[in-house]
Amino acid sequence: MDLSYGAEAEEFRKEVRAFLKEAWTPAAELRGADLKVFIKDFRLKATDKGYLYRAIPKQYGGSEQPVDVIKAQVIREEFGKMRAPMEMGGNGMNMTVPTLLEKGTEEQKELFIRKTMSGEYIWGQGYSEPGSGSDLASVRTKGELSADGTKWIINGQKIWTSQGMQSTHMFMLVRTEPDAPKHDGITYLLIDLNQPGITRRPIKQMTGEEGDHTFCEFFFDNAETPVSWQVGERGQGWYVSRTTLKHERASIGSADGLGNQFKKLVELAKETGRIGEPIIRDRLAQIEGFVLSHRYTSFRLFSCSAAGEDPGNVQLMMKLYLTEIGHEMALLAQELIGEYAFIEPEGAGGRGPRGPRGPEKWMDQIMGSLGNSIAGGASNIQRNIIGERGLGLPRDLAMSGEK
Amino acid sequence: MRFHLSEEQVAIQDAIRGTLADCWQLEQQHKFADGEADFDQTSWDALMALGLGSILLPDSGMGLLDAALVCEVVGEAAAPGPLIGQLLSVAAVAHTSHEAAKAYLAGLEAGTTVAALALGESPYVQCAKAAQLFLAGGRDGALSLIEAGEGVTIEAVKSTDRSRPISRVSFEGAKSHELFAAGDPMVSKIHDAALVLIAADSLGGAQKCTDMTVAYAKEREQFGQPIGRFQGLKHQLAHMALDVEPARAQVWYAAYAHDANLPDAERAAAMAKAHLCDVYVRTTRAAVAAHGGIGYTWEYGLNYWFRRAAFNRAWLGSPLQHRARAADLAGW
Ligand SMILES: Cc1cc2nc3c(=O)[nH]c(=O)nc-3n(C[C@H](O)[C@H](O)[C@H](O)COP(=O)(O)OP(=O)(O)OC[C@H]3O[C@@H](n4cnc5c(N)ncnc54)[C@H](O)[C@@H]3O)c2cc1C
Repeated sequence: MDLSYGAEAEEFRKEVRAFLKEAWTPAAELRGADLKVFIKDFRLKATDKGYLYRAIPKQYGGSEQPVDVIKAQVIREEFGKMRAPMEMGGNGMNMTVPTLLEKGTEEQKELFIRKTMSGEYIWGQGYSEPGSGSDLASVRTKGELSADGTKWIINGQKIWTSQGMQSTHMFMLVRTEPDAPKHDGITYLLIDLNQPGITRRPIKQMTGEEGDHTFCEFFFDNAETPVSWQVGERGQGWYVSRTTLKHERASIGSADGLGNQFKKLVELAKETGRIGEPIIRDRLAQIEGFVLSHRYTSFRLFSCSAAGEDPGNVQLMMKLYLTEIGHEMALLAQELIGEYAFIEPEGAGGRGPRGPRGPEKWMDQIMGSLGNSIAGGASNIQRNIIGERGLGLPRDLAMSGEK
Repeated sequence: MRFHLSEEQVAIQDAIRGTLADCWQLEQQHKFADGEADFDQTSWDALMALGLGSILLPDSGMGLLDAALVCEVVGEAAAPGPLIGQLLSVAAVAHTSHEAAKAYLAGLEAGTTVAALALGESPYVQCAKAAQLFLAGGRDGALSLIEAGEGVTIEAVKSTDRSRPISRVSFEGAKSHELFAAGDPMVSKIHDAALVLIAADSLGGAQKCTDMTVAYAKEREQFGQPIGRFQGLKHQLAHMALDVEPARAQVWYAAYAHDANLPDAERAAAMAKAHLCDVYVRTTRAAVAAHGGIGYTWEYGLNYWFRRAAFNRAWLGSPLQHRARAADLAGW
């Protein structure tokens, strides 16, 4: 084994550093709109160099680089060190664009990819409904063809849509063949959210997040979208959506993020004067045993992906593992903050205007860690996946028809 | 960058697995457990014939990682023999400048001279009756190779771990070769290596118990169904796998850090020992519970791993003790 990236990667690192030194030096006085322009310009330059949007073809504004996970990692590390902006984040880049690249029409790629990259289009994920969560293939929001066959007319409700208040567009699962078996009656549609047939409402979260920052629900009342915005075949939407979820799962597990959070937990134990207590030291080291396992497993996954080899079952475990570690950290943090838990942190939910935040800020993590056990596939569903797909155990009777 | 096993490493593991499958099945385990011996010549010779004795020689092109991969498979089979003591004795003797001790190298490497691990303060030593040599010493003292015979008192004890029976051993006035003086960095390196190899043995055992339980859950029927279909049980099995599989990379890292002399090698060894021994204990408990009545029998054999887990946990320091060290080493 060898954790160094090799001489070629180190050469490449120098190149990236030199680029950043020259291109990423925003003047301290740049603010607001000016800073936005500077960042936009920087991203264009970085894309020209082949550092950003590597998976996206040049014709849609990407840098179309051959797959090279080591280079991609070097870029992440160097940009991270300099706090230089990486690609636009969000559902659009993580889900819509990969799905369009794989399953979209030429027209759709032309229409959506550039504008998603520039941040002009922001995408909501329209999967969950009040009656359909884990059993996603039971969605009931209805799509019917208009009389002239050019438009889908949509009626129903979507819920828990992250970034919903800011979203300009949505990718959604809609039932178009009510008589087909449940997985085969769904169509994957893109839709413009700013139209008379759509009402949206924010839903305040337990963390206190609300307004533009929370998730929301959407009501569709004869909303319309062109048939040309349908991705994949009619009735095949379930299978199109599988591409999407895979991308989401891959982007959830982040070893560095977890490692940093653990370091902060150790800092918290120091700040609160508890680090000397044997029980606290043991609990920290116990949690770190899992943090390290997670970290080195991401090295393993990374290494397999660089070598084009299948890492096996362990990749199915990363989301649940991360979720469980998050819960353990939350429980210890709650002990450590003690009476600070009496105080609602400034800018609760981690967004909005903030005053100074003391140890009570951990309430964000303590509550937020619960979101991980629900969003992107609830923990019991992850356990089913590990048991059935990973260990080959027989499928649940209720779910034996699942695909 | 490479952080997964090579084809060659996988092939070596498979070869060892195959060798043990030929000579160390449940039948042999039962027979051994019922006997008085603390050593099984047949399986030992079979392992040694694969050349395992030379893995930790400085010029083998291999290292602690490869030794850990071997110990993992041996742990999987719950095979007898002082393999960890043997491998580390080879490493220690190969590195020492003590000439007289070097005479043992060839026999140790071939496995014809058997060396047991007697590190630390504990009087309990595995396979002591069979050993000709003992690798002994505390982390803060000297590391010595002690010859069996005069001055070595061995009093057999009824062991919990039936795969590696122990004795109570004392070394008053025994013939001893000091391989490394107190304070020599090799002393703590050998101790760290032992921790990593115990972690690897635990990983193998935990994986084996998970595999046995999954296989049983597919085959055993109740209520007209394989029990593995019931979600309560399925989720327990998922958690066994979740406990074991990500921890594998932690063993790899600890071994790699040792081989590459990384600054966190000592701490990584302590963390891996603590974490994997916890995993092993949890997994064997879960395995017995998931099997129902059959799991609680002597006959079925799960208890060999359960007992080995109990031994590994306390061997050379418990998880709590190693986590306390890891906390100190981190400067918390
Ligand atoms: C912060 C956050 C952001 C989200 N963002 C989005 C978004 O942007 N777009 C979107 O479409 N959705 C989003 N969701 C919704 C999320 O995908 C669903 O909440 C999730 O899939 C669970 O569905 P549900 O809420 O209907 O719970 P249910 O499916 O009703 O589950 C309730 C409980 O039952 C358990 N359960 C259900 N089925 C089984 C089973 N077969 N076996 C065992 N246990 C079972 C679950 O594990 C859970 O504990 C978000 C959710 C959260 C919390």
